[in-house]
Amino acid sequence: MKAVRFALKQIIPLLFSYLFVGLASGLLLHKAGYAPIWAFLSALFIYAGSMQIVMVTLMTSGVPLYMVAAMTLFINARHIFYGISFIDEFRAIGKRKGQAWKYPYMALTLTDETYSVLCSLKVPEEIDRGKVEFYILLFCHLLWVASCTLGSVLGQMLPVDMTGIEFSATALFVAVVVNQWQSADSHLPAIIGLLSAIAFYFISGPNGLILPALSMSVLALVLLQKRIPTHALEVPHD
Amino acid sequence: MTDTLQTAAIIGIIALMTWITRGLPYLLFARKSPPPVIEYLGKVLPSAIMIILVVYCLRNTAFTVTPYGAAELLSVLVVAGMQLWRKNSLLSIFTGTACYMILIRTAFPM
Repeated sequence: MKAVRFALKQIIPLLFSYLFVGLASGLLLHKAGYAPIWAFLSALFIYAGSMQIVMVTLMTSGVPLYMVAAMTLFINARHIFYGISFIDEFRAIGKRKGQAWKYPYMALTLTDETYSVLCSLKVPEEIDRGKVEFYILLFCHLLWVASCTLGSVLGQMLPVDMTGIEFSATALFVAVVVNQWQSADSHLPAIIGLLSAIAFYFISGPNGLILPALSMSVLALVLLQKRIPTHALEVPHD
Repeated sequence: MTDTLQTAAIIGIIALMTWITRGLPYLLFARKSPPPVIEYLGKVLPSAIMIILVVYCLRNTAFTVTPYGAAELLSVLVVAGMQLWRKNSLLSIFTGTACYMILIRTAFPM
């Protein structure tokens, strides 16, 4: 099938990052003492790399559930902005005969990585664009579930001392920060984030810094709206 | 059993909240376009969020006693340097993590 083969070609750039981050998150969960079934379930239903890594910390630190909910909402709030670009397209796919389920499935499997792939997707005339988008989202989801579960199972079998592997989460975020810093129109948002995080590291203590730091950043960014230049939101379709 | 329930509850809550953030635009803006302030936050908020996450990841580092978080800080510099130099996230994450795992076993044992 043309659409399947074309979709497989599109996901090559993120194959390794999904495999590596998935393995790392599975390993982390195993190291914290959780069975592979939990890695499988969280990959299948949560399907958000940074959140699944933060989840391990939340599980082991005994944070109350309402804090887990609030932190997830804040950390994943960026997804709200991804969806905006694909409303019309995904809805059109869901309107095809017998494919209504694809609309919610595609909406819920749009991650940082798949969003970036779909944004730069160029499909030849003779191939069905909707099908390609669906297969890209499906294959990435399956790859993620497989690598998270594999990481957890391998962790059980490998007697190697993996202390320090948890640094891969920090490393992932540092790499993203560098990317954002280089492509940003203004460095003010990153500086505001850094200052708020450091301030609340001291004010609310290291473990409680995320929520107040994020709220502070949102407030400061809204107040400084006129002073921060941004290009118009890019439209991902050509 | 309570452990199982607790774990299932945490995964369930995180999944539900993630679905809400992913599904919200389809529910909110299906008919009208989002207000400018939302589009603006969509552009600028990710940069603030990611650097807060970096600080959060480093929160348990012992900065006040020797070696003053040297393993963490050096490894962060390695990741940033690799990312600036080769622009390959996978390579930067791999090198930085390997660097950290080696440093805490050799130069700065915990």
